[in-house]
Amino acid sequence: MEQYNDSPSPLRLITTADAPAAELAKIVEALLVVATQPLPPAELAAAAQTDATQIGEALELLTDRYSEEKSGIVLELVAGGWAFRASEAAAEACARLFEKPVEKGLSQAALETLAIVAYLGPITRPEVARIRGVNVDGVIAGLVERWLIAEGGRDNEFGAIRYRTTPLFERIFGLESLGSLPRVDDLGSDVSEIRERLEALAEKRPA
Amino acid sequence: MPVAVRELELDLDAFEGPFDLLLSLVLREELPLREVDLAQIVICFVDHLADKGELDLDACGEFLILISALLELKARAMFPEEDAELAELEPEEAAEELARRLAEYRRAKEAAHWLRERLDQRRDLFFRIGPAPFAPKAERKLAPQSPLKLVEALRSLAVEPPTPSTAHMGLRFPPTSQFLDRWRSLLRRRSRFDFDQEVEGLSRVEVAVAFLALLELRKQNEIAIAQSAPFAPIRISRADAERSLSWSSTTTPPARSA
Repeated sequence: MEQYNDSPSPLRLITTADAPAAELAKIVEALLVVATQPLPPAELAAAAQTDATQIGEALELLTDRYSEEKSGIVLELVAGGWAFRASEAAAEACARLFEKPVEKGLSQAALETLAIVAYLGPITRPEVARIRGVNVDGVIAGLVERWLIAEGGRDNEFGAIRYRTTPLFERIFGLESLGSLPRVDDLGSDVSEIRERLEALAEKRPA
Repeated sequence: MPVAVRELELDLDAFEGPFDLLLSLVLREELPLREVDLAQIVICFVDHLADKGELDLDACGEFLILISALLELKARAMFPEEDAELAELEPEEAAEELARRLAEYRRAKEAAHWLRERLDQRRDLFFRIGPAPFAPKAERKLAPQSPLKLVEALRSLAVEPPTPSTAHMGLRFPPTSQFLDRWRSLLRRRSRFDFDQEVEGLSRVEVAVAFLALLELRKQNEIAIAQSAPFAPIRISRADAERSLSWSSTTTPPARSA
């Protein structure tokens, strides 16, 4: 490239305009291919010794290059960082060769518990049990084993272990962060509605 | 034909009639379970079995299921945990609390449903997962430490450890030389002596060392040691006096045996 430095050729204008982002993109894609978990932009910037703006430009380039339409490798923003995944077009082939052990066979009880931990965590086992109305020891242990939840500090009053969801949880469920969960108010019916139904039930009961 | 467990006739303090009726009364909450002595039911059943004289495994199995269900119901009735909180509330408040809890659980269910859908959407997406994804680390604050503490710790290791004291063992061995001197000076004054007499009043250890000193002197041919019989007094004489002793012992045997 140096041979063009002093040249007034129009080619020079084209290459230098794209070069820094393109060069940085190479570094970023190298970092992403080595990583086994999503890399936040700040970590990419630190590793590439550049700033957030430059990383943003490089990522823009890469998201275009690694999109469902153009590539078998797709770049996605998930669990607070950037990560490669296989394209949907390759799903069947992938399924023939690979398992998905983390989410395979998650029971309804496990999903409910996971939801409670995601929304209310860090939360202790007894608190989850109280909401679900049953013992959750086994379910919690199973989720910990799957790395979907992990210990996150202790309860101040009783010293019980508190659980929270892991970055892997966000990745498996394709969430950019826990903030991507639907708002609590949008879920289910509110207290007054349930109340009305309870009362309706009570009236039907023979005295 | 074996009598079905449900037809088992009961004669209890709180109830008299077939087991079946008891069950339905309990389930309809017309008979408070806490007033029923479950042990009596078991005794009735065992009596019934004994009367029949044969073991009806089917009946036993059915009975076990029923009695364990009753036990659980009774235990729950006697130790109300959650319900007690509700019971303390006014009916109005209790209804409110119940509705609140139901709503809370309903939300958890809805959220679980949302997660399930999300999972289905991503069913066809594959990606690489590390061997051990980072878990959020619990905060664990340690007090600030000076690196010099490490130096101190290391220094304490470099010091020669003190020799362990054996004072408690209480065994003190007097030097053999002490007795060597003693025997030599004794033999300068007298040509012979009796060992037992000389060591009388000394401790066992001292006697042993005194004897060692004797053996040492014998080895160096300074003395002669004689004992007429096992456990007889040990006589010690100067080596130059030995000849006269042996001579006298050979010449006057009757005197020695006397």
